[in-house]
Amino acid sequence: MTDTKHTLVALVEDKPGVLNRVASLFRRRSFNIESLAVGGSEHPGLSRMTIVAIGDSAQVEQVRKQLEKLINVVKVSDITEEDMVTRELALIKVKATASTRSEIMQIVNIFRANIVDVSPGSLTVEVTGDEGKVNSLLGLLRDFGVKEVSRTGRIALTRGSSS
Amino acid sequence: MKKTGAQILCESLIKEGVEVIFGILGGAVLPLYDTFPQYPQLRHILVRHEQGAAHAADGYARATHKAGVCVATSGPGATNLVTGIACAYMDSAPMIAITGQVARPVIGKDAFQETDITGITIPITKHNYLVTDVAELAKTVKEAFHIAQTGRPGPVLIDIPRDVQQEQTDFVYPDKIDLPGYKVISRGHPAQIKKAAKLINEAEQPVIIAGRGIIISQAYDEFKEFAEKAQLPVAHTLLGLGSFPGNHILDLGMMGMHGTGCANMAVQNADLLIAIGMRFDDRATANTTEFAPNARIIHIDIDPAEIGKNVPVDIPVVGDIKSVLTALNKEIERREHVDWLSQIEQWRYEYPSLEIRQSDELLPQYIIHQIYEATQGNALVVTGVGQNQMFAARYFTYTKPNSFISAGGLAPMGFELPAAMGVKIGRPEELVWCVAGDGGFQMTIQELATITQENIAVKIAIMNNGYLGMVRQWQELFYGRRYVDTKLWNPDFIKIAEAYDISGVRVKHREEVIPAIQKAMESPGAFLIDFLIEPEENIYPIVPPGESLARFFEPSRTELWGEKF
Repeated sequence: MTDTKHTLVALVEDKPGVLNRVASLFRRRSFNIESLAVGGSEHPGLSRMTIVAIGDSAQVEQVRKQLEKLINVVKVSDITEEDMVTRELALIKVKATASTRSEIMQIVNIFRANIVDVSPGSLTVEVTGDEGKVNSLLGLLRDFGVKEVSRTGRIALTRGSSS
Repeated sequence: MKKTGAQILCESLIKEGVEVIFGILGGAVLPLYDTFPQYPQLRHILVRHEQGAAHAADGYARATHKAGVCVATSGPGATNLVTGIACAYMDSAPMIAITGQVARPVIGKDAFQETDITGITIPITKHNYLVTDVAELAKTVKEAFHIAQTGRPGPVLIDIPRDVQQEQTDFVYPDKIDLPGYKVISRGHPAQIKKAAKLINEAEQPVIIAGRGIIISQAYDEFKEFAEKAQLPVAHTLLGLGSFPGNHILDLGMMGMHGTGCANMAVQNADLLIAIGMRFDDRATANTTEFAPNARIIHIDIDPAEIGKNVPVDIPVVGDIKSVLTALNKEIERREHVDWLSQIEQWRYEYPSLEIRQSDELLPQYIIHQIYEATQGNALVVTGVGQNQMFAARYFTYTKPNSFISAGGLAPMGFELPAAMGVKIGRPEELVWCVAGDGGFQMTIQELATITQENIAVKIAIMNNGYLGMVRQWQELFYGRRYVDTKLWNPDFIKIAEAYDISGVRVKHREEVIPAIQKAMESPGAFLIDFLIEPEENIYPIVPPGESLARFFEPSRTELWGEKF
């Protein structure tokens, strides 16, 4: 079986140490996390985690079941095969001079990204999209000199009315 | 009326039916210990090391099917519990470990005897808690017992800061539990049970692999009916011994690295394996890629995460074994499997795994067999880890349910003595034999003091070969007989026993074995026998590491019996 990226979505209790329990489980069972994003959900007291894990289907199914065993984890779904919406937010600080600034702003506009900070030597760009879009923009901006990048990692929901 | 955290804890334990606590005190649990005299119904057993408390609670739990409770102070007290907690976790024993923690204002300040024990025990507990508000304490205890004792059992740790033990609040013990993330699947899916039954009904060469889950579920009667109705031979994992009568015609004994030739051959040649309450541990399966190559596999277990973890499975049935077997017994047909069972009898004859070789030396196999003869199986046997454990597993016939108590997963040497204490306290009416190795015995030897102080009548049989025996055997067979650091200088165990006010005898010769065992059993209290066994005796068969189950080797009958055979 081949290793692929899997998107796991977990509803977890909003209690101290839950992130540690989840991260510890990945480490202990030798599973790789590519990204992990966590924040509030529609249920009071529950957070939603989006975990991108790399492995073959059997390994990821095993980690999903191990996660479900954690007492503070209410539900875990592997939505990789489902129709889903995924987004990532990135902040990119790029070198900008009087001669490059307008070119950068054109690129940013094409990507429907925003400039959120301007200084004499740099611009900070905010971009939202799937990883492909973020990677493309980042690739183009690298030519100008990227000073700092901060990415949230993927968050995901399945499409349609089912929950 | 307001109560302190310590009082709330004691009253909550009583509500959960706790009668015995194994522990040792220290600064961070002083408020708790200070309230013990108010609750005489809680018997506290003062151990000599926290590892002893944890193994004793584990032994108690395995023998009684109730959560064993152990208590330790913060820092070193808590870290000393870790081996025992990890052991209970690996073998699915229900345990409540209560640790004191430094007072809330100094948590995180590296205070005296502060350790992040909840952080440390995340991977070795089913769940754990740091109680930072006394109002949460009763609810926490309620949840902890529920989690520890239901589904696949396991240890739960509750860490309680000293000042929370002293703080006061109203005591209300909740009757309901709200754990949205905790689900126990107790009944197997009917469609899966039907599919399993179909495979069983069609099988020509079926074998059951019986694990500890049958014992945890106390499904002895259902299991016996299941095996007998369809005439399914039963191989055991180490911890599955005691789930089915060892003297039954369908019983094949233990499979695995040191399993009987007959059990291993049956498993490897089966066309259907019915794995019940076991987790395909590498010591049971040997090389998994060559494991049972022609068999389809039905796996019955309460833990969904065990399905497909180590070995691919054809028909999983997730549920409580008692409930699943009850349903399955209605679906399966009576079968006879005459050819298959006669093939198995052929292997039973062909591989002399249970025969004891002719020797003038004192052999551990003979000793264990004589303990069986003397007790007629009517005893609970608690073992250490290593050769002594394998001899005890193989040469005692476990006819009584749950009569074999041993640490299989973590396998910590030193389990035997404290666990035997816990077993005896949990089942005082039973005769409890503690089978120890001379190496492991010295890892928790201090509990002899607990045994005397609390008058715990366990019978201790040390298989004293002057080596770390199992490691020596590996050095002999796989490391060119280079005995690096396995030879032990040992103290005089009889003098040690005497110093602890325990009677004992040393046995050097074969003819002294039976009288010594009789003397131990007639002695009203604890008794120690130091058996000076043949130093380089090996446990056979053995499957070399990395090989398939079928590639075991053992001495032939001629080698066992010399010219007489």
